[in-house]
Amino acid sequence: MNKNTYDAIVIGSGISGGWAAKELTEKGLKTIMLERGRNIEHVKDYVNTPKAPWELPHRGGKTQQMIEDHPVLKRDYTLNESNLSYWVDEKQSPYVEIKPFDWFRGYHVGGRSLTWGRQSYRLSDFDFTANAKDGIAVDWPIRYKDLAPWYSYVEKFAGISGSKEGLPQLPDGEFMPPMEMNVVEKHVAARLKKHYEHRRMVIGRTANITQPHHNRVNCQYQNKCWLGCQFGAYFSTQSATLPAAVATGNLTLRPFSIVTKILYDKDTKRAKGVEVLDAETNQTYEYFAKVIFLNASTLNSTWVLMNSATDVWPGGLGSSSNALGHNLMDHHFRAGARGDVDGFDDKYVYGRRANGIYVPRFRNLFGDKRDYLRGFGYQGGAGREGWAREIPEMNIGGEYKDALSEPGKWTMGLTGFGETLPYHDNQVTLDKTKRDKWGLPVLAIDASIRDNEQKMRIDMMQDAEEMLEKAGLKNVKPYNSGYNMGGGIHEMGTARMGRDPKTSVLNQHNQVWDAPNVYVTDGAAMTSAACQNPSLTYMALTARAVDHAVSELNKQNL
Amino acid sequence: MNRRDALARVALLMGGTVIGADFFLSSCSSPTAKTEEKAGKPVAEEKPFLNPSQVSFLDEVGETILPTTATPGAKAAQVGSFMAVMVRDCYAPADQKIFLAGLTKLDEACQKQHGKGFLACDAKQRTSLLTTLDAEQKAFTANQRPDDPSHYFRMMKQLTLLGYFTSEVGATQALRYQPVPGRYDGDVPYKKGDRAWATS
Repeated sequence: MNKNTYDAIVIGSGISGGWAAKELTEKGLKTIMLERGRNIEHVKDYVNTPKAPWELPHRGGKTQQMIEDHPVLKRDYTLNESNLSYWVDEKQSPYVEIKPFDWFRGYHVGGRSLTWGRQSYRLSDFDFTANAKDGIAVDWPIRYKDLAPWYSYVEKFAGISGSKEGLPQLPDGEFMPPMEMNVVEKHVAARLKKHYEHRRMVIGRTANITQPHHNRVNCQYQNKCWLGCQFGAYFSTQSATLPAAVATGNLTLRPFSIVTKILYDKDTKRAKGVEVLDAETNQTYEYFAKVIFLNASTLNSTWVLMNSATDVWPGGLGSSSNALGHNLMDHHFRAGARGDVDGFDDKYVYGRRANGIYVPRFRNLFGDKRDYLRGFGYQGGAGREGWAREIPEMNIGGEYKDALSEPGKWTMGLTGFGETLPYHDNQVTLDKTKRDKWGLPVLAIDASIRDNEQKMRIDMMQDAEEMLEKAGLKNVKPYNSGYNMGGGIHEMGTARMGRDPKTSVLNQHNQVWDAPNVYVTDGAAMTSAACQNPSLTYMALTARAVDHAVSELNKQNL
Repeated sequence: MNRRDALARVALLMGGTVIGADFFLSSCSSPTAKTEEKAGKPVAEEKPFLNPSQVSFLDEVGETILPTTATPGAKAAQVGSFMAVMVRDCYAPADQKIFLAGLTKLDEACQKQHGKGFLACDAKQRTSLLTTLDAEQKAFTANQRPDDPSHYFRMMKQLTLLGYFTSEVGATQALRYQPVPGRYDGDVPYKKGDRAWATS
């Protein structure tokens, strides 16, 4: 056997790539996981996690140099001193924004599994049937019952804490004990429950473990997740799937491996392997396998497909439909409301809970009908103000200092995360006139939200305002701070699943219609966006697809 | 809070955005889109941005803003050196100029009010001057348009707060710092005078 031949190749090492590697290796396949960036070793490389705030020279902020070096990352909280090395070098890897698109990338082992927000929600049949019901885009080729056992499977391994609520729009899962709402959140949740039939405020369901689990220590409430957790308390490739894959003895991990194309064999109508550009040496290698899992993150998976053009498929692998590169989605957010909470001056919290509250979708459900389609969920939380607050009646001096040394009033906020519809002309293309550091063509992104989303944003503000007022908050103010597509960091679509090879890139098992031994199981596969944070769905789709792939391999179908 | 949930709870510094590089404060950041500033050439690392006498001048300004009480003041947290680093690395060139000119302006205002320089004044006189300047910066900021430059004393006050409460002295003595809480309790008793947590 050629030394570059494996049973399976996994492209990418983030949330879905890590899952593919774990499942494939545990099923006995010799697997190589190709990661374009550097390695980050669990715990050892989380260099800023143990540091106190004063050990960072700019206390976590951004310098002018950082701003100059990161023209995209600087647009949000993402650019900061404490985990700068977990974000892509933008000068090496540019892209073209035909319309503004915030693309926040992590090019290293673990990908964005190191920095993700960890909110983990199931989609429901309201979501899987939405496109068919609304006559929008194409129908999902699967329903909730197809994915439900796989949600359970990945939840049990990943470790998701949450409460069972019996809500049809947000199916319950296999949860570890929930984190606790604080005293003000409990009060607000009770008021909302009294006032509304279908608006529930629940504790966030998060991939932070609340009990010891597979050699991982339960959450210690440091709220330093995005620096990397020395306890392995949140799900990441490093804390969870990678050690499981390594333990099988079947995994080879190759960092600095940019997959430039999938090699397609015209005769067998299958992919035979991939071409890899070594990011350090610029040498080109080929790797071969019977099955390939493409998990390079939504837009980069589509980039790999597009860059795999052949004379059979000049538009790229998976381009036989007109869907490759189209229907780019995200969750639009930064619209909601916040206000002050009276009372509770004799209450405070202990510990830093890296989790907030969640209000599952209630719009356009249960008989409600709005002037837009779909809906949104709220994330948020309550807390006491800190030293950075303004005390208008004070200026400088000892009393001022002592006042700031005590916590301020309680405030609470809600931020909507809204569904973005799949629009055919929200799309990415290869721009061959612009090249990255390695001479590879870059993506041009042309996407924006439309009327449906703009109308929804008005509800995202007004409903939050109304709910906080009903809960008894004071000085409630709605806000809409604007949004660029991509800013939700939930890129989805561009290689969607569907029932028809003419209108979709992937079938119901995430196989590329044009090359059935290539599976795409990251966000690129999404047929619609729903409004729930999507990573848990990628995990479930990946585990399900690996099960299918191995069964097909055993039947000699691939 | 989840970092992105925190967007709903805007934490601004002293009721406004943080001057300089739209600073990321504890786990809360401002969701407002900041006007993009031209990234300036960074001042060379080896060249100190402020000389030792300017640093100690700023220590005294900081100490007047946040003086020693039952807990140490801003001078013990070396806010002068902190300001020098922040203005050098995080401020755009235009803001750097305002800050530097502010050192002179502050002393001139002191001459006018007390007939002597800031360092020659006693604590009471210093407090009276900076109280005046704080009122001045508040009025200035209230009328400031989005692209207007900031008031130098607002810069000094912001940096003093930031430098002090995130310093070891401020975080562990004025505030309470618990690196690894180990558990979460969302309902603990609080009585007036209990210190706030240093990190959220």
